[in-house]
Amino acid sequence: MSAPTTERPQPSGLIGSARQRRADPIFRAVLMVAASSVLLILAAMIIRTSIEAWPVFAKEGIWGFLSGRQWSVGTSRSEVTGTYGAFPFIYGTLLISAIAIAFAVPLAIGIALFTNELAPSWLRRPLTYTVDTLAMVPSIVYAFVGMYFFRIEVWAPVGQFIAGTPAGEVPFLSGPVLLSSYWSAANILAIMILPIITAICRDVFAQVPADEKNAAYAMGATKWEVMSRIIVPHSFSGIVGGSMLGLGRALGETLAVAVLIGSTRDMTSSVFQPGDAMTALIANTFQDAHPEAIWALLAIGVTLFFITMIVNIAARLIVARVNTRVGGGAAV
Amino acid sequence: MSIQTPTRSAPGADERPSLHVTTSNARRRTLMSRAMAGVLFLTVMAAVTPLAILLWQVLSNGWGPFGWEFLTTIEPLSYRETGGGYLHGIVGTLYMTGVATLISVPLGLGAAIYLTEQPKGRYARIVRFFTDVMTGVPSVFVGLAVYALLVSGSGGLGLGFGTLAGAASLAIIMLPIVVRSSEEMLRLVPPDLKQASFGLGARQWQTTFKVTLPAAAPGLTTGIILAVARGAGETAPLILTALGAREVVWRLTGAPQADIGLIMLDGFRQPFEGGIERAWAGGFTLIAITLGMSIIARVVARRSQI
Repeated sequence: MSAPTTERPQPSGLIGSARQRRADPIFRAVLMVAASSVLLILAAMIIRTSIEAWPVFAKEGIWGFLSGRQWSVGTSRSEVTGTYGAFPFIYGTLLISAIAIAFAVPLAIGIALFTNELAPSWLRRPLTYTVDTLAMVPSIVYAFVGMYFFRIEVWAPVGQFIAGTPAGEVPFLSGPVLLSSYWSAANILAIMILPIITAICRDVFAQVPADEKNAAYAMGATKWEVMSRIIVPHSFSGIVGGSMLGLGRALGETLAVAVLIGSTRDMTSSVFQPGDAMTALIANTFQDAHPEAIWALLAIGVTLFFITMIVNIAARLIVARVNTRVGGGAAV
Repeated sequence: MSIQTPTRSAPGADERPSLHVTTSNARRRTLMSRAMAGVLFLTVMAAVTPLAILLWQVLSNGWGPFGWEFLTTIEPLSYRETGGGYLHGIVGTLYMTGVATLISVPLGLGAAIYLTEQPKGRYARIVRFFTDVMTGVPSVFVGLAVYALLVSGSGGLGLGFGTLAGAASLAIIMLPIVVRSSEEMLRLVPPDLKQASFGLGARQWQTTFKVTLPAAAPGLTTGIILAVARGAGETAPLILTALGAREVVWRLTGAPQADIGLIMLDGFRQPFEGGIERAWAGGFTLIAITLGMSIIARVVARRSQI
């Protein structure tokens, strides 16, 4: 406790020689530069890529680029000769991300509720570590194990089952079920974004005032009633924010999608068939691309950047409104 | 003298059951609660099972081909051949991650100190917000941007594919993680410590280097190790910046650099036994590096004083 009558001590400014006195302003300037580096890097990245990608946007028009369905790459070194329509890739990215969110959000809420409310206290820490470990596994390892195990042993059989039920009559869920498909990519994404959504949910659930929970228990509410009628409604906007952060991750996830989505240019209506996504296109075609095609990939990258940026900014604003102390910890 | 509850004293039309008698409604609600506890447990299993399968697959398939030869030799020219190893990839990954750490940690710590010194400043708020936003920038976009900024000769610096470009992209991915975690740790340092230092006549930089940073050291180390682990596990941006190599590369610029993830990607997409086997061992190496680091980070965190 500092005494109310005296001012708090400040760093000394007037002692020492002129040279020594200059140290602190220099120190502050260095800190300022370091802090500004974040903004500078972000700005440099977006400006430079936009300039490089501009010829493609200029030729196709921004709307034409976003809605065009044909992607045929030219081989020029100086001008844009091919046709670039990114719609199939945007569709693929949005589709698999939406499915991943639909799977991951209920699971994440369940895990967070179990960890915070039901698990015995000795189990909480290990559970948190386990879910955070999912976030530490490199994306390339997900891609690899997805390709050699999960899609063969789990996802394709499950897809086969769904396509065989009456639901398979809907074109969206119809067979044949292929190993590399939107479905496989969406499933690996669901596992990969689970930790970040869970971490945010855990943090917002922990913020629910104990008084409200205790009041509900005192009225005779069961554990489930407290969870479903007090904790979840109270944390609703936090859950939305966390889900959008997960969505941002899903949209930008590259290697697992590049390996598992199958990379075909025709947009099939069934989720069990291969397609393509924005990140997958960049990762899969960059190494063989002509300069012209690289501009087109940069244009895809810029589009992806703006989509994820909108999602992320919205998510951060929502999460920040809940509480500034909600950070997600190691999973973010 | 008898005080009787209405339930007991008034038999007839107004009869209510005792509170001790479980009504069917209460029983239904309790059952529902128990059932949902089971469902929630299943959701936990739905997260733990894939992790267990994943680790088991990598361990069981990767342990065999992993060994001294894997760590000390480079890949044979053909994916068909068995034997050989990922020396070039391991060197490349550690080299690029190391350079990226040297770039991102001083910058990130500086930014974090700035943010803690000005908790409510307008500019600090903007920086904090965009740091948070930056954690969500897709890693492949960072790769493209570094390609346009550093690698490409037309408009960029024209450094070409290589260690420095790869390291720059990893540094950009690590930077916001370092800033965020460091700021959180620095904020936990009690203000009394700082004021005591100021009271003794210390300058701001002296206070920062001799009081604040040492006090927060274990927490800072934890955050930095986690960021480094994240960088070491990134592969996507390296496709566009490091490109890949088939020998050990020590040059900072001018020659494409190898990376464990890149070699794995090439190896496991080919239908040849040898390449796939090495890729499993590569996956094992990556998992060992990243999970090993996160375990070290947790051990350090436990020693934290604040």
